[in-house]
Amino acid sequence: MLRLEGLGKRYKTGDDALKGVDLEIPDGQVIALIGPSGAGKSTLIRCVNRLVEPTRGKVYLGDLELTSLSSGGLRKARRRMGMIFQEYALVERLTVMENVLSGRLGYVGFWQAFLRKFPKKDVREAYRLLDRVGMMHMADKRADELSGGQRQRVGICRALIQDPELLLVDEPTASLDPKTSRQIMRLINELCAERGLAAIINIHDVLLAQMFSQRIVGLKEGLIVYDGPPDGLTPDVLTEIYGEEDWEATIDEVDEDEDKDKDKDKDKDEAVS
Amino acid sequence: MSDTNSPTSSYSDNWKRPPFIKRAWLRWLLMVGFAVYLAVALGTMDIDWQRAWEGLPRGQRFIEAFFPPNFADNRGVVWDGIMESIWMAISATIFGIILSIPIGLGAARNIAPSWVYFLCRGIIASSRSFPEIIMAIFAVKLFGFGPFAGFVALSIGTIGFFAKLLAEDIEVMNASQAEAVKVTGSSWFQWINYAIQPQVMPRMIGLSMYRLDINFRESAVIGIVGGGGIGATLNTSFSRYEFDTTAAILIIIIAIVMVLEYTSGYLRKWVQ
Repeated sequence: MLRLEGLGKRYKTGDDALKGVDLEIPDGQVIALIGPSGAGKSTLIRCVNRLVEPTRGKVYLGDLELTSLSSGGLRKARRRMGMIFQEYALVERLTVMENVLSGRLGYVGFWQAFLRKFPKKDVREAYRLLDRVGMMHMADKRADELSGGQRQRVGICRALIQDPELLLVDEPTASLDPKTSRQIMRLINELCAERGLAAIINIHDVLLAQMFSQRIVGLKEGLIVYDGPPDGLTPDVLTEIYGEEDWEATIDEVDEDEDKDKDKDKDKDEAVS
Repeated sequence: MSDTNSPTSSYSDNWKRPPFIKRAWLRWLLMVGFAVYLAVALGTMDIDWQRAWEGLPRGQRFIEAFFPPNFADNRGVVWDGIMESIWMAISATIFGIILSIPIGLGAARNIAPSWVYFLCRGIIASSRSFPEIIMAIFAVKLFGFGPFAGFVALSIGTIGFFAKLLAEDIEVMNASQAEAVKVTGSSWFQWINYAIQPQVMPRMIGLSMYRLDINFRESAVIGIVGGGGIGATLNTSFSRYEFDTTAAILIIIIAIVMVLEYTSGYLRKWVQ
C-alpha cells in the first residue's frame, strides 16, 4: 500500500529530520508512529503527501512513486491520501459543510467549487459522514463555533470524503482532553476498519497508541528504532525511544484504563456512533 | 520579612529592568545626540512671532467669512461636484481593488514564487512612492482636466494601499488551514478560494470601506490640481472669495466622511 525507501529530509537549517527511513504498510493496517518531539514524526507523514519535500529516498503509494511527481500528478495523488491535523486546521470562517466538501476539491472544477455547487452524491456523502460522526445537526454552523472534539470530527469527515486509501494523521489528540482523545481515536480506528483504510497516526500518548493500533513504529532522531506489536513496548524499548524514565505506570494501565473509560463513555459513545 | 528570621536575607533586594540598549556609552550618546539635534532643529526653524501675532486678526476675519455657511447660492455646482466625487471615489475603489487582488496575491511571500513576489512588490512600491496628488498632476497632463484624471490617480493609489495590506494579511494567515485545503488535491484557484479568501475577507471588506473613505477625501484634494469632483468646486469657491460656499462644501465633506466611517464600522462587525 505505502512503501518508504530510504526517505530522508534535511531542512535548510541543516537539521537532519529524517535519516533514511524504510517502512512498508500493507492495505488496511493502522500504525502508530511514536517518538519524542523532534524525532521526525511530523516530517515523515508530511513527506508522504509532500507538504514537506523529501530530500532523498522514494515514496510509493501502491505502484505510484510520489517524490518525482509533477504538480498535476501530485494533485491527483493527494486525492488518495486524507490528512487529519493536530489543531484540526478547519477553515474557521467556512461552515462545517463547506469544510467537509472542501475534501472534494480535487474532484470538482473551479466554478463548481466557487459557486458551492457540488455534485449531489458528494453532498449526500457529506451528510452521511457528518451523521456518522454525530455532527449532522451542525452542518450549517461556522467552524469557529465548534468545540475541539467537534472540530476534529469535522476534520475526519473532510479527510474521508476524499475517499482515500490512506490516512495521514498528525497528532489528532494533542489539543483534546483525555476523554475526547479516546473517542476521537476510537472513531478513527472504527472508520479505518469500516473502509479498509491504512493509516499512519502520529501520537505522543503511548497508552493511546497501544490501545488503538495494530502496529507501533518508534522513531528517534530520524531513524526507526522499534517496529512491532503494541505489547512489545517494554520499558526497555520505551527507554530506547524516549530515553531514561520510569515506564511501568505507562504500560501497565492499558486494560484497566480502557475498561473504566468504556463504562464512563457509554452513553456519549452511543450518541456518537 | 525582616532580616533576623528570614533565611533569604542574603539575596539581593535590588532589581532593575535591564536597559533596552546594554552599552551605557551608546545609550547616553543616543540620548544626548537626540536632545542636541532637537535643539538645533528648533533653532533653524526661524519662527517670526511678530508675524504670527499680526496674522491672528486676519485669520479671524477669514474664519468669520465662513459663517453662516451658504448651502443655497451655488447649490447646483456643489451638488454636481459632490456627485462627481462620489462617482470617482466609488469607481476608483472598485477598479483599484480588482487590480489589487492579483498583485496582492503575488506580493505575499508565503504563496508566490520569488520572481512574482519581487515583481508585485515592485509595482506596489512604485505606486506607493508618489502621493495621490502627484499622480493626479501626471494624470491631468496625460488625460486633460476632469474626473477621469482623478479616477486614474485614485485607482493607482488604491493599488499601492490595498495590494500591500492584502499581501501582508495573507502573510500572517493561519498556515495549517491552508495546508489542509492543499492536501485535498485542490487546484491553486480552489485553494485561494477555500483557504485564503475566508481568512482575509473580513479585513479586506473593512479596508475597502476605509479606502473608499480615503478616495473620497483625496478627490477633494486632487480636484485642486484639475482632477475634477468636489475639489474643483472647492477651488473655484476659494478663488471667487465665496467663503460661505467653501464652508458649506467642507461641512458636506465632513458629513459624508462620517457616514462612511459609521458604515464601515457597522459592516466590519457584520462580516466578522
